[in-house]
Amino acid sequence: MLRDITLGQFFPGTSLLHRLDPRAKLVSVVLFVASLFISKSFWGYGLCILFLAWCIRISGISPKMILKSLKPLVIILCFTGILNMFYTPGEVLARFWIFKITREGIYTAAYMILRIVLLIAATSMLTYTTSPIALTDAIERLLNPLKKIHVPVHEFAMMMTIALRFIPTLIEETDKIMSAQKARGADFETGGIIDKAKALVPILVPLFVSAFRRADELATAMECRLYHGGEGRTRLNTLVMTGRDYAALGFMGVFCLLVIYAERLVSILL
Amino acid sequence: MPEILSVQHISHIYSAGTPFERAAIKDISLSLQEGEFVGLIGHTGSGKSTLVQHLNGLLKPTSGRVLVDGQDIHASKEATRAARFKVGLVFQYPEYQLFEETVYKDIAFGPRNMKLDEAEIDRRVRAAAAQVGLSEDLLEVSPFDLSGGQKRRVAIAGVFAMEPRLLVLDEPMAGLDPVGREEIIRCIVNYRETTGATILFVTHSMEDAARIADRLIVLNQGEVLMEGTPGEVFARSEELLQAGLDIPTVTRLFMTLKSRGLPLSDAVYTVEQAMDEILRLKEGR
Repeated sequence: MLRDITLGQFFPGTSLLHRLDPRAKLVSVVLFVASLFISKSFWGYGLCILFLAWCIRISGISPKMILKSLKPLVIILCFTGILNMFYTPGEVLARFWIFKITREGIYTAAYMILRIVLLIAATSMLTYTTSPIALTDAIERLLNPLKKIHVPVHEFAMMMTIALRFIPTLIEETDKIMSAQKARGADFETGGIIDKAKALVPILVPLFVSAFRRADELATAMECRLYHGGEGRTRLNTLVMTGRDYAALGFMGVFCLLVIYAERLVSILL
Repeated sequence: MPEILSVQHISHIYSAGTPFERAAIKDISLSLQEGEFVGLIGHTGSGKSTLVQHLNGLLKPTSGRVLVDGQDIHASKEATRAARFKVGLVFQYPEYQLFEETVYKDIAFGPRNMKLDEAEIDRRVRAAAAQVGLSEDLLEVSPFDLSGGQKRRVAIAGVFAMEPRLLVLDEPMAGLDPVGREEIIRCIVNYRETTGATILFVTHSMEDAARIADRLIVLNQGEVLMEGTPGEVFARSEELLQAGLDIPTVTRLFMTLKSRGLPLSDAVYTVEQAMDEILRLKEGR
């Protein structure tokens, strides 16, 4: 059950997307998301869909996995869609009881849903093709200038790396504890909301105990190896931006402009 | 002896349909008779832990059936739940599942889930505590204040208190010192003597397996490699070594002696047997 969580899962591979510098990818996704929010035309969204489809194709990741990452959002999507459909003022198309559907409402609903879907799909593509460690490295490097104003960038990155490192461990641990309590006859499925909340105690207590124990052990291990923060620390793998990465960034820049000005471009061309 | 557990051609595939697909166990069949003491051996990744989680229905086989008392445990929800109580499973490092405020309450968790009445729960908790050698005054202590070995015994008592007819233990001695290991073995033997239950215990230590089990099942890469009495299994030591498994030190020593031309038996796996065998040889001369 917990194994089904795919958000943030990395699929190793050798495609162009996998090989790009994580910084380039991160900035690209930020640009992509920004243009999604600035763009107001269906033309722009069309471009985004095409581009994303192309990315999925060359990444070699099955579109099924992208759909899977969207699954937890179905409820939010429906909610957004329905609320926008009913509550946007404008030209009324249908009306029943106190509800009315407006033309503008349908448009906004479609926009919103598309926007969320594209947003999640794009960020999923980032995490599917970039290992979490590479990603935190990229964040650390991108935030490096903030060190000048005494922001503890390295420490944040280290905490993030550790947190990411322990997500699978804790999921596995939870799975194990759940199995162990089930073996003792614990029942997580039946009963009302209060029963279900009570049933969580035998899982949460051991989980917290073990998380604290692991944190303690890790801290000791780090100190034994004389960890003293980011000062003068070198890396095993230094990130290097190559021509390919700059080309990708340049391409993304142009792409963003295209998306933002899609409507105007189309009106000029037609 | 009636058959208590029958595993019929089960396979389990993890993460089916993703790039991480992996078969943990492949077409395994085995059966346990009432009252048997069986050791399940295999090294890390041989599928031992996956297999034992099928025995009480925690995992559902991708194909094949598991029968407890002749009943398919996945026939219905009730059957699965019944199997949970008939087959008691002690996980690896069971001390990490403790959560209650007192030892007593923690041991009572299983029986309470079985919806027994208070008097019966009390009887079972005290009986289980006695079986694992916990004194009465420890029952009101927080389990988090105990030593590692004591915690392990509390966790095992938590399963004993459910009085399962088939007790499955996954590496119950892992990470303990020799004294702790002895204590755990004593607990298992105690439980078996007082309840007459069937025991299946998983281990990668050939020494432990050789010493206490009546019958051994050896797993390798998700398949049953061999099955038989310790004597039969260790007579095939060459094969065990080839599969990357360990053999008891005594057996290893006897293999070397034999290769030097001494007429010794193949099936030696305890120090006592070794002594008898050496004496026999001396007197024979």
